[in-house]
Amino acid sequence: MATNNGLNASALRDSLQKLATREGISSWDLGAACSDDCSVQVDRGEAKQLKASQRSSITVRVWNKDGLVGITSTTDLSDAGLEQALVGAHEASRFGNPDDIPHFSPLAKAPLPELNRPLQERRGILPLLETLREAEADLLSRHPSIQTVPYNGLAESLSQSLYLNSDGALREMERTQASLYLYARAEEAGRKPRSGGALRVGLGSAGLDIAGCIDEAVDRTVSHLAYQPIETGTYNVCFTPEAFLSLIGAFSSIFNARSVLDGVSLSKRESIGETLAVPFLSLHDDGLHPGHISAAPFDGEGTPTKNLCLINRGILKSFLHSEATARAFDVQPTGHAGLGAKVSVGPDWFVLGTSEGCSSGNTLDQSNEKDTFVLIEDLSALHAGVKATQGSFSLPFDGWLVKGGERISVEAATVAGDIRTVLNSILHLESNCEVTHRGISPHVWVEGLSITGEA
Amino acid sequence: MTDVFSNHWKDLLETLLNRGAGAGADLVEVFLERTNHVGVLAEQDQITSVNPSFAKGAGLRVFRGGRDGFVSTNDLTQDGLTRALDQALAMLGLEVNSLSSSDDRFNGLDSLIDHGVTKNDWLSRCPTLVSASQRLLEGTNELERIGQHLQVRRGSYSRDWQEVLVAASDGTFARDIRLHQSTGLSVLAADGDHRSSVGRRYGSTDRPDDLLQWNVQTSAAEVCESAGTMLRADYVDAGQMPVVLANRFGGVIFHEACGHLLETTQIERGTTPFADQVGSLIAHPSVTAVDEGLSGGAFGSLSMDDEGMEPQRTVLIKDGILQRFISDRAGELRTGHQRTGSGRRQSHAFAAASRMRNTFIAAGPHKPKDLLASVDRGLYCKAMGGGSVGPTGQFNFSVEEGYLIENGELTKPVKGATLIGDAKEVMPRISMCADDLELAAGFCGSVSGSIFVTVGQPHIKVDSITVGGR
Repeated sequence: MATNNGLNASALRDSLQKLATREGISSWDLGAACSDDCSVQVDRGEAKQLKASQRSSITVRVWNKDGLVGITSTTDLSDAGLEQALVGAHEASRFGNPDDIPHFSPLAKAPLPELNRPLQERRGILPLLETLREAEADLLSRHPSIQTVPYNGLAESLSQSLYLNSDGALREMERTQASLYLYARAEEAGRKPRSGGALRVGLGSAGLDIAGCIDEAVDRTVSHLAYQPIETGTYNVCFTPEAFLSLIGAFSSIFNARSVLDGVSLSKRESIGETLAVPFLSLHDDGLHPGHISAAPFDGEGTPTKNLCLINRGILKSFLHSEATARAFDVQPTGHAGLGAKVSVGPDWFVLGTSEGCSSGNTLDQSNEKDTFVLIEDLSALHAGVKATQGSFSLPFDGWLVKGGERISVEAATVAGDIRTVLNSILHLESNCEVTHRGISPHVWVEGLSITGEA
Repeated sequence: MTDVFSNHWKDLLETLLNRGAGAGADLVEVFLERTNHVGVLAEQDQITSVNPSFAKGAGLRVFRGGRDGFVSTNDLTQDGLTRALDQALAMLGLEVNSLSSSDDRFNGLDSLIDHGVTKNDWLSRCPTLVSASQRLLEGTNELERIGQHLQVRRGSYSRDWQEVLVAASDGTFARDIRLHQSTGLSVLAADGDHRSSVGRRYGSTDRPDDLLQWNVQTSAAEVCESAGTMLRADYVDAGQMPVVLANRFGGVIFHEACGHLLETTQIERGTTPFADQVGSLIAHPSVTAVDEGLSGGAFGSLSMDDEGMEPQRTVLIKDGILQRFISDRAGELRTGHQRTGSGRRQSHAFAAASRMRNTFIAAGPHKPKDLLASVDRGLYCKAMGGGSVGPTGQFNFSVEEGYLIENGELTKPVKGATLIGDAKEVMPRISMCADDLELAAGFCGSVSGSIFVTVGQPHIKVDSITVGGR
C-alpha cells in the first residue's frame, strides 16, 4: 500500500473494501499519511547528527452493525497490517459511545479549494549540511559573545496524506516543506548567559530566508546581553505578533466546539454573539492563507479547509467544528477535525487584526513610545503556565522594559493574567502585520498586566 | 522475517552490521521495535474513546569519528533495512564496497541477552478493554459520589507495550519487553466564576495487573479534595520568597533545574553550567541526588536501556558535590563520560540520547513540619504542574496547588504561581531535606522524544526563589 513513491490510494481502498466485506462492515473510512524527511544538525562546524526517516501510518475507523464506531491506527501498511487494523477497529467499536456517533462529513465529497503550493525539489542531506554549516559560521562570526548555537537544524520533507471512505470520498494531497532554526547562546564575563533564536519555514530548503533567520537570531541573542532585573508590578504590555499568537493558541479552546460540548471551554453553546474582546478586534482562522506554509485543502474527515471568522468587532461569531460538533450545533463542519473515535478539533492558522472600519483610537507604536511599557518578545512554558479551562496564565517571558524609548532587556520574569481580561484590555493593534509560523498579527498593546521580576 | 524478535534475526542483523562496518563505520547500531498501545477515556459516565494502535520500525545509527547518521523506517524487510543502512552510511560519506572487509570492526554478535524471556505473556495478562473500562467508570462514579461542583469528570488509562531488539557492531545483542501503564483522574470544578481543574496520574512499569490494584477511592478523594480547596483560592502574591516543596512530584524541580543539565547531551551542546564541575560543590551540602533505573515498578525503570546496556544506580550529587553525568553511547564518545545505561528514546524514530530514568533527591534528616516551621512567610507547593529548562539553565514550573506559609503554619490556599530561577543559583538554596522521600511517575520530553520517567524527593526547602503570580 505504501511504495517508495508514497501511498497507493486505490490499492488501499480495494484492500480495505475486500476486508470490510469479509468482516461484514458496510461503513468505514481511513486516513493515511506517509513522509520522507531528512534533517541535519551541526556543532561548531562539524556535522553533529544527520537524520532521515521514512514513515507511514493509517487510521481505520469502522461502524459496526449497531452503528457504533471503533478505530485503530498502525504503521504496518502490509495486507496483514491492514487486517489487524480493521479487526482491531471492529473490536474497539464495541466500546463506541452511543451518545456521540460520528458520521461521514457531509462535505467529504465537496469541491476542494485551490492551494498554490508547488512541490519544491529536495536537495538532499549533504547540501543541507553545507548550508547549515555556513549559516552557523556566519552566526558565530557576528558577535564575540556568541560561542555556540546549541539548538540548530535544517530539515526538508515530502509528505502525502489521504482520506477515503466507503461512500466513495477520496482526498489526496502532497506537499514539500523545509525549516531552519538557529538558537544561539551568548555569554559575557561576569554575566549570566543569554539565548535567543529564530525559525524560518518554507516550501523548500532552497527558498528559505537563511539570512533573515541569522539576523534575527543574532539580534534576539545579543540585544539581551545587557539585562537588568525588573521590579514587580503592573505594566502596560506590548506583545510581538509571535508572542500574542502563541497566547491565543494556548487558549484556543475558547473557539473549539468540541471543548464547548465537553464543558472544558470558557465558552458555552450560547456564547456565539456575545462580546469576547474589544470592539475593534478581528480574528479569523484561515488555513488557506498564502503565508501558511503547512496549509492542507482538507481536514481529517475530508472536509474542505476554509477561512472562518471567529471574532468580528469583538463579537464571537463562530466555533471550530468537526462533523459531529457541527451536527450538534446545527451548522456545517468547518474543516478543523482530526480523525478518531472521539474526533478532535483544533485551530489551523490565525489571522488577527483590526476589524474593517474600526480603530482603537490609540496611536501607540512600540518603536517610538516614550511612556514606560514592557515589550514581550517570546512567551515560554505555555504547556505548564496556561490554565485553559480557567482562563488564567502565568508565564516566563523574554522581553524588554522600555523607558523613555530606551530598551532594557529584562532578566528572568513572568507575566500573569486572565485571557478574557486581556482580550478586553487591548489598547491598540499596530498597523503593520507580521507573518509568523503561527499566523498573522500586528504588535498588540494590552493594559495593566502583572509582571514579576527579581528586582 | 518473523514478527517476533528473537535469535532468528541474528543472521540478518549480522549481515547489516558487517555491511556497515565494511563500509568504514566505527560503530553500527540497529534498534528494532514493535509496539502495541491502547488508550481509553471515560468522561462523566461513558467510555468516550478507545484508541488501539500498533507500530513497528527500525532505527539505524552509524558512527564515524565524532559524527553519526541516523535513519528510521517502518520497513523491516531485508531490502528496507539495507536501504536505510546505506542511507545512513552515505550521510557520513561512506559507501558499501564489495571488496572491502570489516577487518576487526565487527566480529559477530554476542549471544542474545534476552531480558524479555520472562515477560512474553505480559501483554496477555494486561486488563482487557472491558475490565479497563470498568475500572475507569468506577473512578468517574466515585468522583461523582464524593465531589462537589464537578462540571467535568474524566478517567483515562494508557497501556504501552514495547518489544525491542538491539544489535550493534561491538557485539551487543539484546532483547527486552517493556510495559508501561498509567491511569489518571481529572476534574473541572466550577461554581459561578470560580473554577479549578485538577488531575492526578499514576504510573507503573512491568506490572501487568497494576490497573486492578489501583485504589480508586484514594485517588478520587485526593483529586476531589484538591479541586475543592483550589476552587475559591486567591491568586498568589508575586515576589521572592522561601518555598517548601512537597515530596513525590515536587521532584520536578530537581528534574528541570538540575537533572537535564547533568545529561551529556547538554555538555555536547555547551548548555550546562556544570560541564567542568565534577568534584565541585554545586548544591547545598544537604543535597544528595540519584538517577537510577532499578526501582521495582517505577515508571523510569529498565532492564536495559535503548542501547542494550543494563541500567545502573548513578549518584549524581553527593553532599552537594557533583559526582558524575548521565551518559549514553554518543555522550561517552563525545564527552568522555562513561555510559550509565541511560541511552533512551521514545521510539525507533529517534536516536537514543542520555536521558533521566528515576531521578530524585535523597531523604534528609528533617521532618516536614521542621521545614514549614523555619519559614515566617513563604509558599508551600503541595502539587506541581509541568516545567521546562532553557539553554542557559533558566528553569520554570507551575504550582497546581499552593498554600501560604505564615509564621511556620499553612494558612490559605493560593493558585496561579509559577516558580522560575537559574539552576546554578537555586541548587545551593535547597537548605533542608525531610525524611519522607517518595517517587511519582511522569513524562519527559526532550531531544529523543517523550519518555517515561520518575521524579521524586522528600519535602525540601528552597531558601529563596522567584514566585510569579499576580
